[in-house]
Amino acid sequence: MLAYLVRRLAWGIVTVLGVLLFLFLLFFMLATPDDIARKAVGEKAPQAVLDQWKLNHGYDKPRIWNPEAPGDTMLAEHFRRMLTFDFGNSDADDTPIADRLLGGAGPSLAFTLPLFVSGLVLGISLSLFVAFFRDTYIDRVGTVIAVLAMSVSTLLYIIGVQFLLGKLLRWFPISGFDYSPEVMVRFLALPVIVGLVSGIGSDMRFYRTVFVEESSRDYVRTARAKGCGEGRIMGRHVLRNSLIPILTNVVVTIPFLFTGSLLLESFFGIPGLGSITVDAINANDFATLRVVVYIDSLLFVAGQIATDFSYTLADPRVRLG
Amino acid sequence: MSERVLEAEGLVVTFPGDAGRTAVVDHVDLAIDAGEALALVGESGCGKSMTALSLLRLVPKPGRIEAGHIEIAGQDVLALPIPALRSLRGRGAAMIFQEPMTSLNPVLTVGAQVVEAIRLHERVGAGEARRRAANLFARVGIPDPDARIDAYPHQLSGGMKQRAMIAIALAARPKLLIADEPTTALDVTIQAQILDLLRDLRHDSGMALLLITHDLGIVNEVADRVAVMYAGQLVETGSRELVLGAARHPYTQGLLRSIPALAPRGARLTEIPGSVPSAGAWPSGCRFHPRCPRAFEPCPRIDPGWTELRAGQRARCHAVANEEAS
Amino acid sequence: MPLHVWVNGAVALFALGAAVVAWRLRQSALWREAGRELWHRRPLALAFVALYGAVALCDAISWTDAEGTGVRAPRSLLERAFPADFHEASYSAPLASVEFYGGQPLHHPGAHWLGTDILGRDVLLQALRGARVALLVGGLTSLIAIPLALLFGVAAGYRGGWLDDVVLFLISVLFAMPGLLLLIALIMALGRGPVQVCVALGVTGWVSFARLARGETLKLRELDYVQAARALGVSELRIVVRHVVPNLMHLVVITFVLMFSGLVLTEAVLAWLGLGIDGSWGQMIDRARDELSRDPIIWWNLAAASAALFGLILAVNLVGDAVRDILDPRTLRERT
Repeated sequence: MLAYLVRRLAWGIVTVLGVLLFLFLLFFMLATPDDIARKAVGEKAPQAVLDQWKLNHGYDKPRIWNPEAPGDTMLAEHFRRMLTFDFGNSDADDTPIADRLLGGAGPSLAFTLPLFVSGLVLGISLSLFVAFFRDTYIDRVGTVIAVLAMSVSTLLYIIGVQFLLGKLLRWFPISGFDYSPEVMVRFLALPVIVGLVSGIGSDMRFYRTVFVEESSRDYVRTARAKGCGEGRIMGRHVLRNSLIPILTNVVVTIPFLFTGSLLLESFFGIPGLGSITVDAINANDFATLRVVVYIDSLLFVAGQIATDFSYTLADPRVRLG
Repeated sequence: MSERVLEAEGLVVTFPGDAGRTAVVDHVDLAIDAGEALALVGESGCGKSMTALSLLRLVPKPGRIEAGHIEIAGQDVLALPIPALRSLRGRGAAMIFQEPMTSLNPVLTVGAQVVEAIRLHERVGAGEARRRAANLFARVGIPDPDARIDAYPHQLSGGMKQRAMIAIALAARPKLLIADEPTTALDVTIQAQILDLLRDLRHDSGMALLLITHDLGIVNEVADRVAVMYAGQLVETGSRELVLGAARHPYTQGLLRSIPALAPRGARLTEIPGSVPSAGAWPSGCRFHPRCPRAFEPCPRIDPGWTELRAGQRARCHAVANEEAS
Repeated sequence: MPLHVWVNGAVALFALGAAVVAWRLRQSALWREAGRELWHRRPLALAFVALYGAVALCDAISWTDAEGTGVRAPRSLLERAFPADFHEASYSAPLASVEFYGGQPLHHPGAHWLGTDILGRDVLLQALRGARVALLVGGLTSLIAIPLALLFGVAAGYRGGWLDDVVLFLISVLFAMPGLLLLIALIMALGRGPVQVCVALGVTGWVSFARLARGETLKLRELDYVQAARALGVSELRIVVRHVVPNLMHLVVITFVLMFSGLVLTEAVLAWLGLGIDGSWGQMIDRARDELSRDPIIWWNLAAASAALFGLILAVNLVGDAVRDILDPRTLRERT
């Protein structure tokens, strides 16, 4: 068990280091500091302004090799700062990146947590229902609806729900955010609805496939032969077994609850990490973008390890070793 | 005459095929008395398992029971409402299956699966059910039952899994046990143990047994009566002594000749040429005629129908009918 | 040589390639049977996909008019189906005869079936032209990403050793970054533009299929007939080409179809972030957003682009489902 944990962690660390190297290649070699500075100061700015900007934002060192001080390069600096979580300031407005991100985690979580929980409950119960009636009219209608729902772009859901519920019916405010719980609920209603609707199609299809596959297994026949009712078979036998494939898909997404949703947050004015990322894209803020990608990869690795452990809880056959 | 436990008449099970629904089980009649063991024999693909599943209305979709009458423990199975059917399953007749590895739920302990079977049919407390499950485990010969009850299926050997399956089947004290190839997936030594167990259980409790198998050696050890199935139909039935000792149908004879221990003394071991036709592609007339060494003029055209022989033995064969007539 | 000539050449080459592949597939009874089954199950969806393909093809072939005939820029076959000066000054409603704001009479009264946009361009023509962008994004990207993934996955799975370690590391690294963010980071580093977007989509897209191909190759390598071929001294390359790759072809086809709709939808999101490709439906939808808050609202832009996008994705999803059911009911049940 311990040996497994160590191996898993080691691979995770190697992966994260790989991500950092990839980011360096992307943002220091492919898009050079000169490119980044040029975007920030404008095409017509004189070289002196450009150099000053590079100096101010820490892009002034040699990139890979410094003949005078071998350790004093952008590459070393990049790794040192990322690994010590010393993220520095934004390229765009010079605010500390770490503070910005910490401030965004709260609103992101306030939005993604309800969405995640309700999506899971809704997706699993709907698809259990549909799988229960497999090969009937209900199942076919459910499958058709799922495919239809999957074929609509999220953009359209956002525009449609904002227009219908926000503008025509005036049920909820169209966008915005507030930290007091009562108001927050009203602001979060629309993005959560859009998130649910746009995700439900593919979720339902995936869960249904799992449930239908599980309910064709031999042990279901055994349960039926000893007198189990269909409801009990679904709820006790099939659901327990289906947890295993479902976990792979679900647990790995839990860490990303912190990072929120790029599209929905910025559309609905939730000041979470998603919005911060979109702002960074629009402002050519490469420093923030690098940090966000790095944090996400850390969370992904954490999620993968969590998935492995959740297996041991759900499946008695799995013993990590 | 002792009590009838199972009576099935004119059973037809169909599956959708290229040209409408095809009958994979075609007018099968079965009857078993209390304490009796009937073996249903045939090559794989001949409809044995579907016959077994149909008895408890367990035919998987899109198959369905098209016609027939089934009575288990005096109850008309095909007319039962769902709740009554559920209480019949496990209590009137219980089933065990070929693959003990996949037939047990992998995420529940075997004990929990036995306890579930007990509590589905009787209102007993959890502690009492657990105690009875341990007793059942002891009865089916699982050593150290109190510990094994908390084991997961993957922690047991194949033979132990099949014993656990039998324990589940026995949980509600069924009048009939339907065993679908219960030993096929097991090692030969384990096979013998499971067959002994089935025999002992039958003698102790008076439970009837319907044994589905393709192995005539097993039939010889366990069965009182034998029904031979070919291409969805029964072709010969009778007592074990008659069917195995004086088989009349060419198919039964062929089966016997292919098994060393049962073949007539001094005869060459032979195999039946060809293979079982698939459902939906069944030959006209007598379905065995393309493979039959004794086929003659009427066989491809006319369905032979039953010929009654001595002591309840019956065969479905034109050649046998001619012999009897002359 | 002008760009449009290159594009025409590429289209011809592509059509030739597609014909060769189709002809080769028809040689195999298995694929012929699968094709027939697919046609039997989803005739309408297939016809729809073909229709989009035809529209895109018509928009891909273009040429310039002879000197002195008016328009200087090359125009595609699709554009030539409409009058050369088919635009107005600004918005006009579907089939209207006057401008939407102001009420000046139109040059082509009643001829703009789906109205015109803010620059007075015909919405129907724009929606039709979106098909080319969508097929470029979905088709071209998968045509680049899948062979690459196949190469990496099969090589890693078959050879094992350090090669497998390297590929697995690469896959892990790319997989550890969330898809959309990686995409954005790539486009920002590469710069904006259609080729950059396709390359970025390709880089992010090959990962999951490479993983799948590697896993399947590992399984295939252990199969008896592959082992037997090896024991007989068949060369490694020949084993891969004759035994491993053909057994992955069904996964290739399924992945291609399933990947397609994902790519097109992703481009729509990118368009909204301002990173999309000019002329895509995503861009049309993004621009139409503000038009909904005008009073009276402008709805035809949004409706046209949405309907076109939805139709293609739905048809492809339906075909994809059927393809998966026919070719492989089990391996690929995870989310794609």
